[in-house]
Amino acid sequence: MAIFLTGESRIMIQGVTGSEGTKHGRRMATAGTRVVGGTNPRKAGQTVDLGMAEVPVFATVADTMAATGADVSVVFVPPAGAKAAVIEAIDAQIPLVVVITEGIPVHDSAEFWARARAAGNTTRILGPNCPGIASPGKSNAGIIPADITTEGRIGLVSKSGTLTYQMMYELRDIGFSSCVGIGDDPVIGTTHIDALAAFQDDPETDAIVMIGEIGGDAEERAAAFIEQHVSKPVVAYVAGFTAPEGKTMGHAGAIVSGSAGTAQAKKEALEKVGVQVGRTPSETARLVRQIMRAG
Amino acid sequence: MDLFEHQAKELFAEYGVPVPQGNVARTPEEARAIAEGFAAAGHPRVVVKAQVKTGGRGKAGGVKVAEGPDEAQSRARDILGMDIKGHTVHAVLVERASDIAQEFYLSYLLDRAARNFLSICSVEGGMEIEEVARDHPEAVAQIPIDPLTGVDMALATQIVTAGHLPARAIEGAATLAERLWAVFTDEDATLVEVNPLILTTDGRVVALDGKVTLDDNAAFRQEHARFADPGSADPLEARARAKHLNYVKLDGEVGIIGNGAGLVMSTLDVVAQAGAEFGGIRPANFLDIGGGASAEVMANGLEIVLSDPSVRSVLVNVFGGITSCDAVANGIVTAVGMLEERGEKVTRPLVVRLDGNNADEGRRILREAGLTVVEQVATMDDAARRAAELAAAANLAQPVTGA
Repeated sequence: MAIFLTGESRIMIQGVTGSEGTKHGRRMATAGTRVVGGTNPRKAGQTVDLGMAEVPVFATVADTMAATGADVSVVFVPPAGAKAAVIEAIDAQIPLVVVITEGIPVHDSAEFWARARAAGNTTRILGPNCPGIASPGKSNAGIIPADITTEGRIGLVSKSGTLTYQMMYELRDIGFSSCVGIGDDPVIGTTHIDALAAFQDDPETDAIVMIGEIGGDAEERAAAFIEQHVSKPVVAYVAGFTAPEGKTMGHAGAIVSGSAGTAQAKKEALEKVGVQVGRTPSETARLVRQIMRAG
Repeated sequence: MDLFEHQAKELFAEYGVPVPQGNVARTPEEARAIAEGFAAAGHPRVVVKAQVKTGGRGKAGGVKVAEGPDEAQSRARDILGMDIKGHTVHAVLVERASDIAQEFYLSYLLDRAARNFLSICSVEGGMEIEEVARDHPEAVAQIPIDPLTGVDMALATQIVTAGHLPARAIEGAATLAERLWAVFTDEDATLVEVNPLILTTDGRVVALDGKVTLDDNAAFRQEHARFADPGSADPLEARARAKHLNYVKLDGEVGIIGNGAGLVMSTLDVVAQAGAEFGGIRPANFLDIGGGASAEVMANGLEIVLSDPSVRSVLVNVFGGITSCDAVANGIVTAVGMLEERGEKVTRPLVVRLDGNNADEGRRILREAGLTVVEQVATMDDAARRAAELAAAANLAQPVTGA
């Protein structure tokens, strides 16, 4: 079944005529994703060649949805225009908007999140600054490489793109139901908890891998959620034990502030509720492998 | 980016947030001249405040009252050059002293967990707000703010009233709080903090201190570059930034190059774990070369990492997701050649781990290039161990001296 994204999902791209939008649109289409169209207000009426298909360009998200039945939008719009693009998607009530754009000011992210909340959360936001979501063998919305893993029964939720890929690759023989990259900006839409809840309810997911990073307290809150609501086995990995205090480590949200947001605190919170935490990505993969074999 | 107090106050003043009169001095003589100006206007008493981006200045002796120009000069002499929690004082703010009746606390910040903004206000000011929240939680008001509606005069009044500010401070504090919200939003700040916010004996509400953190992602629409402090950055970090590389200097011996922030952070951890078995070998830096990993980016990255004299070995850890490993391998080969052409022949060992997209081809390219400094290791854990081992061996052969 997979979560958030299935074989039935119809994907549109905001910023489809830009270099990133076109490049990744092609990769998505090549992976078998149903890419149905995209937007660029100045190029409405034209088409874009995505290799597997020529897709139409529309002026607005609402137009694209009306004409193609799109129910997922992937946003490649640069930071200066990203807020308007996401708000447009929310106003059009598209069920899922995947925001790939890196470098969006946090006041803009807070604003579009508030807008989504005010609209009753009819639109799920994934990201920003995330690699997107892949449901292997079914659909791929974003920039996650489709061919590094296979379809299976592990659910993966991660703040980090490359650690997501690493984990998908290490466990490619077992395979994944869905791999969700939530990003590590200070304000994100879909959280670890949202993905954990969805995987818990997904009959095609048997175990969950959760990847965290320093900064904020999302992992601590996820631990509390797991204790109450997740009966499936969860294995975790946390990056950033050696990060110095007060330095941003690549991701805007990856920063230890004073004693808050440390990897050690996250690991301890997760272990306290019975989650196994791997010391390295490879050890984490081994722990998952043991669970899947035993199951 | 964090601002110095004097920069924060300049911003406050632009938005009509009342701050004490003052000016920045970089020498004791400048401090004297500023104090002379106040003395001539009938205000001989000044405060000399160390300008450092860290808390606890007062306890460290970095904030002193001076009665007139002579004393201002000697206080500035004491404070300039002082080390406060690893921050050297290069400037002092010389302000006209305020007559304080009462000290409060006010801030706006990003609440990551709630994904909105938060105002914090308290009648207890002048100390760490965390301490107040722990010891007197009833004295601290935390009111969430909807980004869509912001803070108007009504909400500002509600905030300062909830913080239990006294009646005669309410109107002044609310006006200040409304303007401070404009600083927070219009300047793309993630924190504005006024501690203490004071009520003066003549009934005015003034921001006696200011702490501001600006969102680096908003640089494209703000004039934040004017607040940059190039002198204080680590020189290697400054060089890396000029080359658009995401580099953070650390204090270990294994240089790290990787792709993707999460994988690089993880690489640091795995090196530190492996290094514990080799006498405490640690990662020397964080460097994320991103998705592309072209030869030029790789060369620039290698150059920066190798410019750090404490680096004894380098670990290149790349997982090819979108990036193809053959491109990365070609990048490494070209980078080593480019550095040699620049007269910076690579002599320290490079441990390379390539995995993922087209890894076999990447490994073949590296193998056939026959670079003597490159050693390939198949897994991340083993590569980290090998890099730590090589760094430890180099340390033994040629211990790092004081340089």
